[in-house]
Amino acid sequence: MPRPQTLPARPVATRATRGLWGDALRRLLRNGPALVGLFFIAVFVAAAVLAPVIAPFDPLAGKLVDRLQPPNAVHLLGTDLQGRDELSRILYGAQVSLVVGVVSVLMALGMGGVVGAAAGAAGGRLDNVLMRVVDVLLAIPGILLAIGIVAWLDRGLPQIMLAVAATNAPIFARLLRASLLANRDVDYVTAARSIGASKMRILLRHMLPNSLTSLIVAATLALATAIIDVAGLGFLGLGPPDPRTAEWGTMLTDATQFLRQAPYLIFFPGVAIVISAIGFNLLGDGLRESLDPRLRR
Amino acid sequence: MGRYIIRRIIAAIPVLFGLSIVLFAFIHLLPGDPAAALLGQHATPELTAKIRTQLGLDKPLYEQYLLYLGQVLHGDFGRSVINNRPVLSEFAIRFPGTVELTLGALLFAVGLGIPLGRFGARHVQRLGDGMVTVVSLLGVSIPIFVLGLTLQYIFAVQLKVLPTSGILDPRIDIPAVTHFILIDTLLVGNWGAFVDALRHLILPAIALGSIPLAIITRITRAAVLDVSNEDYVRTARAKGLTERRVDDRHIMRNAWLPVVTVIGLQIGGLLAGAVITETVFSWNGVGRWTVEAIQDHDYFVVQSTILIFALIFLVVNLIVDIGYAFLNPRIRY
Repeated sequence: MPRPQTLPARPVATRATRGLWGDALRRLLRNGPALVGLFFIAVFVAAAVLAPVIAPFDPLAGKLVDRLQPPNAVHLLGTDLQGRDELSRILYGAQVSLVVGVVSVLMALGMGGVVGAAAGAAGGRLDNVLMRVVDVLLAIPGILLAIGIVAWLDRGLPQIMLAVAATNAPIFARLLRASLLANRDVDYVTAARSIGASKMRILLRHMLPNSLTSLIVAATLALATAIIDVAGLGFLGLGPPDPRTAEWGTMLTDATQFLRQAPYLIFFPGVAIVISAIGFNLLGDGLRESLDPRLRR
Repeated sequence: MGRYIIRRIIAAIPVLFGLSIVLFAFIHLLPGDPAAALLGQHATPELTAKIRTQLGLDKPLYEQYLLYLGQVLHGDFGRSVINNRPVLSEFAIRFPGTVELTLGALLFAVGLGIPLGRFGARHVQRLGDGMVTVVSLLGVSIPIFVLGLTLQYIFAVQLKVLPTSGILDPRIDIPAVTHFILIDTLLVGNWGAFVDALRHLILPAIALGSIPLAIITRITRAAVLDVSNEDYVRTARAKGLTERRVDDRHIMRNAWLPVVTVIGLQIGGLLAGAVITETVFSWNGVGRWTVEAIQDHDYFVVQSTILIFALIFLVVNLIVDIGYAFLNPRIRY
């Protein structure tokens, strides 16, 4: 039977074909605060990547005669106690924060993702056991857990990454499990099950992609706290093992004795931490709004 | 309700057991030997072996754990290897300082966060709201130690209106009765000391309270906005009630629930944040003590303080959950 051709093709389909991610991206690019966040992140990433090119001095070497100079034409952000250029140290410090922050959040996503997926998909006894372990980890205040792990495994960048990851992993695990559970009995999962798709296929192809949005938002916001936690560990004297390393938190600890003479040594690393944290917080909020337009006010 | 409470308490027990196992394993896998740390430079192989026997460190791990568990259940959290004092009594001396700091921070966060959130909601999408949003963004993005150092610089170094650090002017001598400095100064009737203790509390409380302030502001704003769109609010306005009455009687009453919940949830974060705040402000509390214990490899102190912290955290969460069920009659367990 020939199809009735009475309705002209209308461009209604174009919106639908863009899909969730295309739509989300469009909304994100129209979200002012999120764009500001992206700009801050771009500055932060550029500082980290370009540090070897744009840093005017060696971040590790300084002349004692140049020490504690306030900002001036040669040393734009001044010098520290050992005469090292503060601007160069802040630029190189971005490398530590960026690498440790990103790697620790990825590790947390990996650990939390596996545990959350196993618990959410398997249910029953395994779910119960895994969630009790998560409860135990969540019962220890985050920074104490991180301090404990670094103290236990000794100081070092991989240890710091693991410590920061361990504070986020249980949160991700619980989040993923909850959204998998919410997805267990929806129609498309029932449909996939009824056509005989394997459990693994249902989990990987149908349930996980639909649970990812909340995880992506949480991971972006976790990047902000990861950068703060890394600096916090450094501030408590649990930063990178080499005390000369340019790391924002360690730089702040070193500067606390000179609060009176050299407040700029507190101010500039502080601003660097705050700008990168604001960037990820704004982007995270923007992502949340664009991935779930119902939240938009 | 009673059954729900009992069920929640029973559910917390395995978490505590799990926690004790994790902490025990954690401490015993630490590099370094508590016996050697205890003896310091006096360590000889014979003495170390003797101390190891005394502390039970030569027994199999599971025996050590059962011994430890038995002691903990009897309220014996071990002794500090640094000064050989019982951990629990040292904790009891320092915990009041942490409580005062935490309550001060909570007071600041709630006292400022709720009005700010209501203000933001009332001026939604306008300049006032924008400013409130910026404040709450800064609150979650500025680390406690950066804010703490900045406040120290502005108010203590530059303006010289508040003390830099510490809990009380060292020249003031107050007999420790409750170890709550504000209460102890009042007990001896020393008003000057009380005011001095309050002045010492202001900056640390603001630094610690900044994150909860941001979160409470956000939640209050969102909750008020949510309720403002309800039919009964429009009805209340339509029947000619003053804005103030609509606000107090119709909006806030219904917006309280999420706000109260989120306030309860801040307490755990505040206790964790106290670790850093106490370090910045040389505040004599449990947090700074724990950091020092980690640096000194004082394992029993670390093990026990984290366990006690977690216990407090669990109890607070339990109270919040039960309070929530109590406040919200729509939730039936």
